[in-house]
Amino acid sequence: MSDIRVQHSNWSSRIGTTIVVIAFFALAAAPWWAERADLRLLAEIYAYVALASLWNLLAGYAGLVSVGQQAYVGLGAYLLFGLAMLAGVHPLVAIPVAGVAAAIISVPVAALMFRLRGHYFAIGTWVMAEVLRLLAAQTSALGGGSGTSLPASLVISIASSRQMREFLMYWIALAQMVAILFAIFWLLRSRYGLALTAIRDNELGARSNGIDVMLIKYAVYVAVAFGTAMVGALIFLQKIRISPDTAFSVNDWTAFVIFITVIGGIGRVEGPIIGTVIFFLLRETLADLGAIYLLILGAVAIAVMLKAPKGLWGLIADRFGWQVFPLERRLVTGKH
Amino acid sequence: MPDPKLQVRGLDARYGDFQALFGVSMRVTEGEVVAVIGANGAGKSTLLKCIAGAMAVRHNAIMFHGVPIGGGPAHEVVSRGIALVPEGRRLFPSLTVEENLLVGGQLGRKGPWTLKRVYELFPVLEERRNQPAPSLSGGQQQMAAIGRALMSNPTLLLCDEISLGLAPIVIRDIYARIPAIVAEGLSLVIVEQDIVQALKTARHVYCLQEGRVALQGEAKTLTREKISAAYFGV
Amino acid sequence: MEWLNTILQGILLGGLYAMFAAGLSLIFGVMRLVNIAHGDLIVLSAYIALVTVQALGINPILSLVLVVPVMAAIGYGLQRGLLNRTLGDDLLPPLLVTFGLSVIIQNGLLELFTADSVKLDAGTVEIESIAVGGGLAIGVLPLIQFALAVAVIAGLQWLFYRTALGRAFRATSDDQPVAQLMGLNNAHVFGLAMALSLAIVAVAGVLLAVRANFDPAIGPARLIFGFEAVIIGGLGSMWGTLAGGIILGVAQAIGAQLDPGWNLLAGHIAFLVVLALRPEGLFPKVDRMS
Repeated sequence: MSDIRVQHSNWSSRIGTTIVVIAFFALAAAPWWAERADLRLLAEIYAYVALASLWNLLAGYAGLVSVGQQAYVGLGAYLLFGLAMLAGVHPLVAIPVAGVAAAIISVPVAALMFRLRGHYFAIGTWVMAEVLRLLAAQTSALGGGSGTSLPASLVISIASSRQMREFLMYWIALAQMVAILFAIFWLLRSRYGLALTAIRDNELGARSNGIDVMLIKYAVYVAVAFGTAMVGALIFLQKIRISPDTAFSVNDWTAFVIFITVIGGIGRVEGPIIGTVIFFLLRETLADLGAIYLLILGAVAIAVMLKAPKGLWGLIADRFGWQVFPLERRLVTGKH
Repeated sequence: MPDPKLQVRGLDARYGDFQALFGVSMRVTEGEVVAVIGANGAGKSTLLKCIAGAMAVRHNAIMFHGVPIGGGPAHEVVSRGIALVPEGRRLFPSLTVEENLLVGGQLGRKGPWTLKRVYELFPVLEERRNQPAPSLSGGQQQMAAIGRALMSNPTLLLCDEISLGLAPIVIRDIYARIPAIVAEGLSLVIVEQDIVQALKTARHVYCLQEGRVALQGEAKTLTREKISAAYFGV
Repeated sequence: MEWLNTILQGILLGGLYAMFAAGLSLIFGVMRLVNIAHGDLIVLSAYIALVTVQALGINPILSLVLVVPVMAAIGYGLQRGLLNRTLGDDLLPPLLVTFGLSVIIQNGLLELFTADSVKLDAGTVEIESIAVGGGLAIGVLPLIQFALAVAVIAGLQWLFYRTALGRAFRATSDDQPVAQLMGLNNAHVFGLAMALSLAIVAVAGVLLAVRANFDPAIGPARLIFGFEAVIIGGLGSMWGTLAGGIILGVAQAIGAQLDPGWNLLAGHIAFLVVLALRPEGLFPKVDRMS
């Protein structure tokens, strides 16, 4: 009797993973070969990869389509500023603390939001983000409607020299993205990931197989809130300045993220990464156009949704059977 | 020999990769009642859906009054004069009985079937005209479904398993109205699990087995053995 | 007395919100689509009214004669040309396409009209008011808006339950495939539903343009108000939507009275409280349009 086991990797994922590892080392060494402006651009790219990957997990895998994740970007950012400026927490320590606090807050939020279904859930998440934005505007201790800046003393407490600060923030951004990607990868490899895929494909079927759909959705929502808040905290720590409109901006933290994920490919880990690259390429070439740029982006997203709903990576992966990360599940027989 | 009202020739039908019908041929002439029998999954409902225009098939595979209609769209096929009484009734749950009938008559085709005429045929519907459709009994819902189809003044009525889930006395009651329907000039194709009723009502019978016509002929010439053989494929 | 006036203003404002909501819940009822661009379409109507008024020099209220048919036509075309292709079991396509549409409309308007806020002038009717005794006065314009909102909702009720088109809407919403088999052309029915929804949006847009300043970015807030009115009132009930709009309007008015910065928050809080305590809404109708 032959034994049957699950195989995750295939030839393309072996190549892909190797490329990813090489790229990681190259990027980690970036402070030595890249300009300061490039480091900031790369950090921004890492932030978007992280945000898009988290949104992808929420919408593409757990089926929770949120157009209100800017709530947690802003919440994480404001928690960081609050902890650092009002509670004397070291800015770098404040990042994970903000994440945990945001995760705790996300539990009752989820309880409320889950009372809504489908499209109404989506708008409900937007309302939550608006509520947080308005509350931030009412918080005079952090600058109210016009916002505030991080005092110089706190900035210096991160690292004494400017160059060291730039390097440190860059590495933290890189590490944050890698950690989030790794956590998502680990989750999808585990049996919870299998449950998620089942939920995505057929919720009723999943439930009748004993999967606690509600619990998993809660867990994913809270985990994504945790990650999103930490990314938000870091983004605004780098900017040094915060305001309710920038922290809770629908355009920056939801529209762009959604377009990235749709164009790159929903429901696959590689999608958000590809999407972010395309997004930044478009931005570098089209940014001068201002509002037209966003218009084009919206039109492209619609076109992709209608013609290639699985995104660019979806097209490629389906056609060629590629995967970069070993996540597929195939049953193979034979000896180990 | 006059042109048949409905001519199905070499019809294939698929659900994705699964083929449900293989080269089915059938004809219905003026004023005729044709029965289609067969075991579950033999393709009977699929056949009716194809005729009603709800499935993508070869355009020429189905000819109605000499015009190819295969492939629909369904709402156009209805406007030509084919109406379906769907399997399981499928009345509109948030509409009343009368509203269901009126939706059937939405297209405004001219003909003998009006609200008044339908109520004459099925008086119990008039009693319950303003009640929500789901509140009716199974037999009453079946009458409403037939009435709804009649309201579009079809020349061909397709009945998908109208005896399903109904008590024998109710089935007899419904089938007793069929002659009145035929008398108004309709032809009928009835899909039935109840073979006895099918043989009693139809002149011509087709037996489907796994998507193919296994047997066909005049009802009175078909023996029990022939039917069993075709039905079960033994 | 101050409070009574506040509540009155809130009620009248609620009529406008109910109109935002009516178009939204209409298409959700018929085809399970939530149009994220709904608020932006309201703003688009306002700008079309602006162009009409500037070109023809007429009173903004009169511009309705043009704006309503134009928006209805846009709605029909939009549905048949784009949105019909997104309908189906999957939640993502209609949501993302309408989200993309929202971005396109906002930025398109931004390009054409800049971010400056504008307002349409309806003349003296804006400052006229009717005294209702006890020192209270109701503005004529808000009263007209409220009356229009009630008329729209009553009209929708009549349409849905007393006309052939309404039957077609309900039948298609109940069972799409069978509706097709009964001769209803779903693509066309959905187009008509969207045309109707945008006709209502057009009225709401013109009223909005006359009432207060507007600019390309205020769309999403209108969507949210409409959505909150629907949820507070309860899914599936048109009159419930009116009640929801009124409650939202009153909550905002009370909030503004307590502290000017709190008017929006007060509305959101009212919504969240209803969501927490009575998620099905205050006046839900069970099977009908939900």
